[in-house]
Amino acid sequence: MRHLLSTTDLPREAVTALLDTAEALKKSLLGREVPKLPTLRGRTVVTLFYESSTRTRASFEIAGKWMSADVVNISTGGSSVTKGESLRDTALTLAAMGADCVVIRHPAAGAAHRLAGWVPTHVVNAGDGSHQHPTQALLDAATLRDRLGTLNGRTVTIVGDVLHSRVARSNIELLITLGARIHLVAPPTLLPWGVESWGVGEDRGWPVTVGHDLDAALPGTDAVMMLRVQAERMCGQFFPSAREYSINYGLTEARLRLLPQHAVVLHPGPMLRGMEIAHSVADSPRAAITEQVRNGVHVRMAVLYHLLAAQEEVG
Amino acid sequence: MSSPSGVGAVGEAGPPRQRELLSAAEVTRIVARMAHQIIERTAPEPVVLVGIPTRGVPLAHRLADRIREFFGVAPVVGTLDITLYRDDLRRRPTRALRTTELPAGGLDDVLVVLVDDVLYSGRTVAAALDALREYGRPRAVQLAVLVDRGHRELPLRADYVGKNLPTSRDEEVGVLLVETDGADAVVIRRSQR
Repeated sequence: MRHLLSTTDLPREAVTALLDTAEALKKSLLGREVPKLPTLRGRTVVTLFYESSTRTRASFEIAGKWMSADVVNISTGGSSVTKGESLRDTALTLAAMGADCVVIRHPAAGAAHRLAGWVPTHVVNAGDGSHQHPTQALLDAATLRDRLGTLNGRTVTIVGDVLHSRVARSNIELLITLGARIHLVAPPTLLPWGVESWGVGEDRGWPVTVGHDLDAALPGTDAVMMLRVQAERMCGQFFPSAREYSINYGLTEARLRLLPQHAVVLHPGPMLRGMEIAHSVADSPRAAITEQVRNGVHVRMAVLYHLLAAQEEVG
Repeated sequence: MSSPSGVGAVGEAGPPRQRELLSAAEVTRIVARMAHQIIERTAPEPVVLVGIPTRGVPLAHRLADRIREFFGVAPVVGTLDITLYRDDLRRRPTRALRTTELPAGGLDDVLVVLVDDVLYSGRTVAAALDALREYGRPRAVQLAVLVDRGHRELPLRADYVGKNLPTSRDEEVGVLLVETDGADAVVIRRSQR
């Protein structure tokens, strides 16, 4: 594997290999006083973030450090980007300093793809606009595999701001690759325009269904993935009020009771408690939100291992 | 471990030019003898047998079974994946990781016997010693191998050797075990590279 840009082009074997590596890493770090592996000694990982982030940036940094890579963090606030340097020049500068891998987050969809064509380093997409966030989907899949055993034949309901969500896009592709069925629940304004014409519906070979009634969807779901309402990407009114959104699409305690016993609640964070998810639901044992964060480190270690530890592919 | 020789290819496709060096019965006898040797050198101190994947793991379990048979007490068996500690990662495509499962009590002050199938360059064992150190400070570490084929590249030796097999570098030694390959045997064949 040379880059990790999207979950669309990840074959099932590659996904399984990454998840298995993450699980093995998790096990091998269990009960150790010093969670440090020598595997990536001498490799340099740069995180280049053009958007704010807590968990993703910290998670990549911890993942790199636990594998003994040198990690350099650049957030564009205090960088030459504020002086007008282009993405290409910034990235080439970092590559010239000896970076082996650039982890990039950017508000524009396709930024990571462009970068991969410009620099000789490995590129990991840590979120590009509303497009993709592959390591988030991988950590969600790892968490669901832990809790449910397998994703094959399971139904995952994704709720909320699908329109602006790279988490949703990455997860839909990845979870389908692993054999899951996807049900999207959102207000009509927060679904991608023309979603019905994507070839939605199992009869057309793409196991995704769409609905607007959360209560009706919950009893038949194995996992419910709540999305954050992305106010920063909204230029206009998408729903009448936060209160109405919360009443129709918020995961309340009453809705939690509609879920089957084994069902898991996921949220990629940051959570807007009281808006898309109730306090008590976020803290309930059904919620796997802290597990998601923990698995995130192991998944990102696995990604760095697959990209950086082996012999460089020729060509 | 048979490190660069790669064990996987045995038993697959076609009739490779390979020769059986040890039969199933001989493998069984050798494992029993190694179990006796471990008891003689270590009893009454309890040992922890740590198998190195792939074939070190079933060998560790077999040794534990024999030791229980002969001595009445079964030693604890663990698994130690050394992939992340290898010095040749950058020379090969991505290697899949295997499980590591060590006794819950840790390895501090215990007598560890590392178990592997083939001792060759010694690099696997060196990596295993690095890895072990991350899990505790054993009182001592010993090494048990089914086959020592020579050609050491590091100053290491085994404490328990099932069989010394002088080989040439362009040969491969394959240890086959029921648990991983469906049958017991040790074979030698010309390297495909």
